[in-house]
Amino acid sequence: MSKQPISKKKDQVETTGHSWDGIEELNNPMPRWWLWTFYACVVWALAYTVAYPAWPLINGATAGLLGKSTRADVAAEIVRFEEANAGIKQRLVEAELTEISADPELNSYAQNAGAAVFRTWCAQCHGAGAQGAESKYPSLLDDSWLWGGTIEDIHTTISVGIRNEETDEDFVRQGQMTAFGRDELLSEEEIRQAVAFVQKLSGQEHDAALAEAGAVVFEDNCSSCHMEDGTGEQTLGAPNLTDAIWLYGGDAESLYETLWNGRAGNMPARGGAPEGVVDEAMVRAVATYVHSLGGGVASE
Amino acid sequence: MWDYAKIAALGLLTLCAAIAANYARDAAYLVHAIIIMLAAGAAFVWSIRQIDEEKPAPEVATGYLDGVVRYGVIATTFWGVVGFLAGTYIAFQLAFPVLNFEWAQPYMNFGRLRPLHTSAVIFAFGGNALLATSFYVVQRTSAARLWGGNLAWFVFWGYNLFIVLAATGYLLGATQSKEYAEPEWYVDLWLTIVWVAYLMVFLGTILKRQEKHIYVANWFFLSFIVTVAMLHIVNNLSLPVSVFGAKSVQVFSGVQDAMTQWWYGHNAVGFFLTAGFLGMMYYFVPKQAERPVFSYKLSIIHFWALIFLYIWAGPHHLHYTALPDWASTLGMVFSIMLWMPSWGGMINGLMTLSGAWDKLRTDPIIRMMVVSVGFYGMSTFEGPMMSIKAVNSLSHYTDWTIGHVHSGALGWNGMITFGALYFLVPKLWKRERLYSMAAVNWHFWLATIGIVLYAASMWVTGIMEGLMWREVDANGFLVNSFADTVAAKFPMYVVRGLGGVMYLTGAIIMAANLYLTATRGEPKAETAAAAAPAE
Repeated sequence: MSKQPISKKKDQVETTGHSWDGIEELNNPMPRWWLWTFYACVVWALAYTVAYPAWPLINGATAGLLGKSTRADVAAEIVRFEEANAGIKQRLVEAELTEISADPELNSYAQNAGAAVFRTWCAQCHGAGAQGAESKYPSLLDDSWLWGGTIEDIHTTISVGIRNEETDEDFVRQGQMTAFGRDELLSEEEIRQAVAFVQKLSGQEHDAALAEAGAVVFEDNCSSCHMEDGTGEQTLGAPNLTDAIWLYGGDAESLYETLWNGRAGNMPARGGAPEGVVDEAMVRAVATYVHSLGGGVASE
Repeated sequence: MWDYAKIAALGLLTLCAAIAANYARDAAYLVHAIIIMLAAGAAFVWSIRQIDEEKPAPEVATGYLDGVVRYGVIATTFWGVVGFLAGTYIAFQLAFPVLNFEWAQPYMNFGRLRPLHTSAVIFAFGGNALLATSFYVVQRTSAARLWGGNLAWFVFWGYNLFIVLAATGYLLGATQSKEYAEPEWYVDLWLTIVWVAYLMVFLGTILKRQEKHIYVANWFFLSFIVTVAMLHIVNNLSLPVSVFGAKSVQVFSGVQDAMTQWWYGHNAVGFFLTAGFLGMMYYFVPKQAERPVFSYKLSIIHFWALIFLYIWAGPHHLHYTALPDWASTLGMVFSIMLWMPSWGGMINGLMTLSGAWDKLRTDPIIRMMVVSVGFYGMSTFEGPMMSIKAVNSLSHYTDWTIGHVHSGALGWNGMITFGALYFLVPKLWKRERLYSMAAVNWHFWLATIGIVLYAASMWVTGIMEGLMWREVDANGFLVNSFADTVAAKFPMYVVRGLGGVMYLTGAIIMAANLYLTATRGEPKAETAAAAAPAE
């Protein structure tokens, strides 16, 4: 052993006399602060188990002197907010949709509630800022609407969703883009012509000869939904083809894909929330919130 | 006779693995069957070649069995670098999701790399460190060669085969979806066999010890081996869907399954990462400091208190879930009682240095060990604090938990292992000293600053996102969306990644230093290493 022997001063504690591979152990007592803190923790722990639900018995467990229950706490908290909000929720349900934003108190509540519900149920697809996601989910910030941008239209869309047969009893959000190629309604050549015409409609570069032929194809097959001038029809969910806003892309390749396979995006009613979670008052709140984001259209 | 039986068994295993590969129902099972076939085949050929070789002279067999410790040290270093690299990469995947490359899907996405990282650092790095140090320590402190002849070699190779099967399984999508217990049923069965062999080697060595008493480090190692065996078996009870497929179905379901999982998960931390590493601490700190252990009494009391209390604390991982209130309460109060028993180890480690504090200035290895024990103390205070229900309602599911785990894993487990490796390599390769002390210093500072960056950034994001999640307005509506919290965390995610880069760089410097020590270090004058009890 190469180490220095420990000098034996008067206050120096002895070792236990054991030695393993040169390691010895001093016979120091346990530090008092350590021991008393340990005891204090044990006493506190026992006291805590008397106060709160703790020890399992045959049927259930001890309830604790304080009668605490986390489930009861949550239920009470929910009831407290439900009671506090009951009056204003009632007013929200009874108000005319167009009048909500004019009533400061109602509008303030609807905006906060709508934003909260939006973050929980809508943001997954439409983005936290309602900006949408490329090639799938429309932006809700602009004034280009597939199914209408009045408060009533938005309210209907949220209530029944889009292309949901179970929730859409009146069949108001069902229209879809036909799969002209896949269903053999148009030939490849005709689709290419229609694509060129749509590019012309939206002011993009295009093949003039193809577009000329495409005008006929469009007239015969597309104008019933998208209208003769291509500005679309919101009751059918047929988008305006003359602007620069494209949900599935406006380049020739994307348009070809759209015409060939059709398009039928889907939105669950109430963003997929169960009716008990997002009720009529909340649907109205979200509609008010979305309508206020910048693209909302005034009702007629 | 034994040799022939072994060769026959290996040949049979190779054949069975080949048949299993033929009938495999999924990619993970196929790859695993081929790996087992190759491993068993290699062992088969090696055994045949050994058959008429001369056995080593009997006097060699009286010394310590250190070859397996040397391999363990190499494996620890290798897996450490792999595990830290994987961790740093997934940290940057969280900051920059584009790193989940399209061409590498699904193998390299965060979901598959994350268990690869946790298993690589806990089981591959930590596990090999525990194997190597426990084999080294139990021989020295028992003054006895490892029991069971070459059984220790079986434990080493068997355990590393388990690591390879686990890691490849994760990448190929085979998982039980239980945190830290992801490997599928046949990998679990294999680990059970290896673990029983480990217990036999360790216990056999203690039983034939030439010292009167069992050293405290060995109490901790033994409790770790025994408890991990129990945890592993109970939490992995499952029924395979097919003997030729990786998928299995858990025996427990619902909240019982969750409770079993966190009884396992918490005690994997308690016995693998705490008790086992305390065993390491109790040998290497007094050795490196050349001082006696501070208090024998404290070591007894804190050992028994620790292993009795730890096993009940698991429910604190399931506060505010389907778990009943009573179980939640018990998990919390046992965690609070655990605070002082955990600190007993820290006190014994730090106070062992009293009278040798000057070494902190001159010896970076001691400094590493002290920082390690310091982080141990900090995270064993933080743990009980986070188990308090009121604190947990803020911290649960946030990055605070990730920061807590890493101040323990990087600070305590990592640093004590680095200290042990720096201690062991010159001794195992018979060198006068390490190749470069300056490199140890660099490693120390890189690792320490890396941990501080990691832990601090995770406290900030954890508390921030906890507060953002619970923020409600006057009407009781949530103020922030989940995506808002993700966006707010971005800068801290970059800081965390940089902390990881520093920690990884330190480990690479260590690997180079250890390699140069083993290959180019100044040889030490030969001394006979006989197993004799200290006087």
